Amino acid sequence: MYSEKVMNHFKNPRNVGEIENADGVGEVGNAACGDIMKLTIKVEDNKIADVQFKTFGCGAAIATSSMVTELVKGKSLDEAENISNATVAEALDGLPPVKMHCSNLAADALHAAIENYKKKK
Amino acid sequence: MKGIYMDHNATTPVHPEVIEVMLPFFSEHFGNPSSIHWAGREVKKGIETARESVASFLKCDPKEIVFTAGGSESDNLAIKGVCDALKDKGNHIITTSVEHPAVLHTCEYMEKQGFQVTYLPVDMDGMIRLEDLKNAVTDKTILITIMFANNETGTIFPISEIGKIAKERKITFHTDAVQAAGKIPLDVNALNVDLLTISAHKLYGPKGVGVLYVRKGAKMKPMIHGGGQERNRRAGTENVTGIVGMGKACEIAMRDMDAESERLLNLRERLHKGLTRKIEHVKLNGHPSMRLNNTLNVSFEYVEGESLLLNLDMDGVAASSGSACSSGSLEPSHVLTAMGLPHEVAHGSVRFSFGSSNTEADIDKIIEIMPPVVARLRAMSPLYGKSLNPSVERTTAVCQH
Repeated sequence: MYSEKVMNHFKNPRNVGEIENADGVGEVGNAACGDIMKLTIKVEDNKIADVQFKTFGCGAAIATSSMVTELVKGKSLDEAENISNATVAEALDGLPPVKMHCSNLAADALHAAIENYKKKK
Repeated sequence: MKGIYMDHNATTPVHPEVIEVMLPFFSEHFGNPSSIHWAGREVKKGIETARESVASFLKCDPKEIVFTAGGSESDNLAIKGVCDALKDKGNHIITTSVEHPAVLHTCEYMEKQGFQVTYLPVDMDGMIRLEDLKNAVTDKTILITIMFANNETGTIFPISEIGKIAKERKITFHTDAVQAAGKIPLDVNALNVDLLTISAHKLYGPKGVGVLYVRKGAKMKPMIHGGGQERNRRAGTENVTGIVGMGKACEIAMRDMDAESERLLNLRERLHKGLTRKIEHVKLNGHPSMRLNNTLNVSFEYVEGESLLLNLDMDGVAASSGSACSSGSLEPSHVLTAMGLPHEVAHGSVRFSFGSSNTEADIDKIIEIMPPVVARLRAMSPLYGKSLNPSVERTTAVCQH
């Protein structure tokens, strides 16, 4: 039911963890849906220098989290803000329809982390 | 790689002896059992032999057996058929909050038709209280429908006692015994039931065939109208191969049940002990003792069930989960949430349901596979280390999608 890319990211998720003293923290999702994502970012020169995630969720939730960290590493904040949940799903060669809404929250977590960084500044 | 199948509550493989008795009825004995000629008569005989096998499996009269297209149809026929027949006497149904969807959604449909339904709650072990049942009965109650054993947790309800209450109040009593059949001896008189559902594919028979036992004298209208098959209770040319297979499956279950049941209990306990010894924060879902010998439902706290299943699947282990994601719906298991489990614990449940193919070697393989998988997913989980507080989560968390 999942694409090869989803399974690849599920089996070998990139950038798992939590950055200490992160510049921005974004947490989205809720327990009822079964998906909770926490994204931490390090910002240098208006660029995302480092990004890590922790996710409680299904295969799609873990794969989208992993993919979004790969997509934004080294990108400017403006570029990162343009990444949508749809961009993430596309980069994974798509998600099963039922997962598009419930488990495709990684870009939301990213935007929440950027917003948190801007507020702190 | 030979896979390890641990999902026998979902379905079972057809027993070779069952296939053998079915085969001649595909082309050699192909007649329509309603026909009076030789081709029909020999098929009719096959059906009646199967009916006798099922009747001795349930300890009832063969005339009380109605063949259907499966467990869901039997449940639908029982509920809709009884309500239709008794609608002038009352409009109240009593069931539980943890029934199989075939009962639960049929009851919800009856509500839309103007019936009132009481859904009995369950405690943390998934058990109902007989007091709640007694208190729920009104003079309008026409049907009690309560499952024998829960498909997700294996918790076994006190059917005989429930039946006694129903009998005293002269209320028709139906039980969905789909998961109990082949695992616990069934005796419709000892159980005090008026209607009882079983399904062939849960006991090593073919898919697409089931039975509704209907006690002589019980009032029930048919749901499918047409020819006069099944004594006017279920129209349609019989699923002959399926029925013949179901009869054989019941014979085999009667023969093998005692020994197999003991064997599966040992496997279940071996897996439970092994997992709790090697992994922290493993919670049993279901009653500690009143539970099917073949069912082990456990939550691995802080991780989500579908990601566990995907990992198990990569290692060739087929199991199932109460997680929303694995079911295709967006809510976690209604059974586990009715038991008061916090959402994230319900999402982290895995059901292992054992059967004939499972060996001690299978269990030991799972005990070996599971700890690193759980450790890896916990290391990834933002919940790990936080306390999972049921009261907070249950009141605030609702899936918005």
